[in-house]
Amino acid sequence: MNAAVVPAVEVEDLTVAYTGSPVLWDLDLQVLPGTRTAIVGPNGAGKSTLIKAVMGLIEPVAGAVRIFGKPGREVRGSIAYVPQRATLEWDFPTDVLDVVTMGTYGRLGWFRRPGPPERATAEAALEQVEMSSFAHRPIAQLSGGQQQRVLLARALAQDAEIYLLDEPFQGVDAPTERAIVRVLDDLATAGRTVVVVHHDLQTVAEYFNHVALLNVRIIAAGPVVTTFTDENLRLTFGGRVGVLAARTAMGD
Amino acid sequence: MALGAGLLGAVSGFLGSFAVLRRQSLLGDALSHAALPGIALAFLITGGKATVPILIGAAVTGWVGTLVVRLIVRRSRVPYDAALGLVLSVFFGLGLVLLTVIQKRPDAAQAGLETYLFGQAAALLRADVIVMAVVATVVLLVLMLAWKEMKVLTFDRAYGESLGLPMGRLDGLVTALLVVTIVLGLQTVGVVLMSAMIVAPGAAARQWTRSLGSMVTVAAGIGVAAGVSGAVLSSLFPRLPTGPTIVLILSALVAVSLLMAPGRGLVWRRLQLGRLRGRPRQEPVLMHLHALSLQHPDDPEHGHEVSVLRTMSPPDTDVDAALTALAERGLAASDSKGLWAPTEMGRREAQRTLERLDRGDKR
Repeated sequence: MNAAVVPAVEVEDLTVAYTGSPVLWDLDLQVLPGTRTAIVGPNGAGKSTLIKAVMGLIEPVAGAVRIFGKPGREVRGSIAYVPQRATLEWDFPTDVLDVVTMGTYGRLGWFRRPGPPERATAEAALEQVEMSSFAHRPIAQLSGGQQQRVLLARALAQDAEIYLLDEPFQGVDAPTERAIVRVLDDLATAGRTVVVVHHDLQTVAEYFNHVALLNVRIIAAGPVVTTFTDENLRLTFGGRVGVLAARTAMGD
Repeated sequence: MALGAGLLGAVSGFLGSFAVLRRQSLLGDALSHAALPGIALAFLITGGKATVPILIGAAVTGWVGTLVVRLIVRRSRVPYDAALGLVLSVFFGLGLVLLTVIQKRPDAAQAGLETYLFGQAAALLRADVIVMAVVATVVLLVLMLAWKEMKVLTFDRAYGESLGLPMGRLDGLVTALLVVTIVLGLQTVGVVLMSAMIVAPGAAARQWTRSLGSMVTVAAGIGVAAGVSGAVLSSLFPRLPTGPTIVLILSALVAVSLLMAPGRGLVWRRLQLGRLRGRPRQEPVLMHLHALSLQHPDDPEHGHEVSVLRTMSPPDTDVDAALTALAERGLAASDSKGLWAPTEMGRREAQRTLERLDRGDKR
């Protein structure tokens, strides 16, 4: 354990419940700076909920979230969120560049409009996801993969320390997948922290160096080489509700 | 008086655009219907038809309605839109019952309360118009100052929250402005149709625009146009209630927008498809002509019989029609013996198609 390094994201005793049944139960998780972590688990395991709780978008029943040691609320701008694209209504009157520029809004004050510097940032972000030629395309005319890249560019425009992505590879075409992986590589080179809710078990070892196996509780978390084992996967995905299985695994 | 209706139209257009984009159109409907019992109660309590108490009553029950909706959604498994519909109907029914009770009373003052059902712009006082102007100014200010926040709130509220933008407070402010607008509009357009006033301008404007700014502006313009013309018409013909008149004009504008708008309109799309439909059939025939002509590199004018082309094409192809169309476009020509060959333009067009296919472009 690196006691000296402040975790980029630290979750402690986090419990989230909707009307009675727990979605996340007593979660402890530490994400170290500069790592690429995959969050993996079956459907309904609470993966998206974890991301939202880290972002401060939902109130937990118990527990705390700390970003670089400070409460989440104080450091809002330093996390960039890339939501599932299906959660948005894409039939919206605006173009790609406009959406990407939204990433700069956090930096501007209340009454300021985005200007040339913000535009330049947005254009650079678009360049990174290889969508520069789409700058003035209405977003209603984008394919699924293009939508995903636009949301990624929006997050890049924030120039944040931590990036949280919710299933970015879900249902995208091969060029988009390659573009996203390239961006993740760039972020790793720049020393940023990346956390991705990932659905494709085949590519976990290829794209990530850390993994958290989640099924309402954390089944296991750590470097991919030691944590992404058949046994842990079986505990996460197979059989009964994760709480019981996790208890057995942790020897409670 | 037309000014009041025009202002109302403008504000409805501004706010309604956002309601439409946020898929909250039903909320406006529920709010305006839920206001009816408040109007009736205000009359019963104050004994008169003074505007201020009535509008306060409308606002109160409208607001209570939204609380009930939230309660239903939180405590039961009823989905949001069903809860809205529920509240809308129940409150409106209650309001109607109260109205009939009022009408049974031997009270001259109650005459005219039904104008709140369908609106009567002629009843607008100068004070009402001033209030509407104030609200319009406030809405404009909010939109101008918090434009980017409004954009994020409407498109991706969660993302705005993640940035630390005050989405909750802005949402509350916009909803409050919407309630005020609806309440103010009840006098002009009436309870039953106020929701159309909110939704129609935005829905129509959406068909014509590509940016949020132009959508909101066009919606306001539509709102003003319908409001003013409806109010003027209904004052010229005293038996014409304002609400339905304005809404009819709005509906006509929406219908035109849905059908005719370039890029999205149904009629426009049908025309586009028609133009494109012909072309794919011609293209293979042109390619066949081109292939044939390539076999005679020294004699590009060498024509071929239609039957040859028919053999080369799939059996259901109307080769003659394709050839006629190609000739009209100057891509192919027939000589005096009825033999067909591609023109210079036709050859170039065929060449372009080949290159496109080579590049792997999908068409």
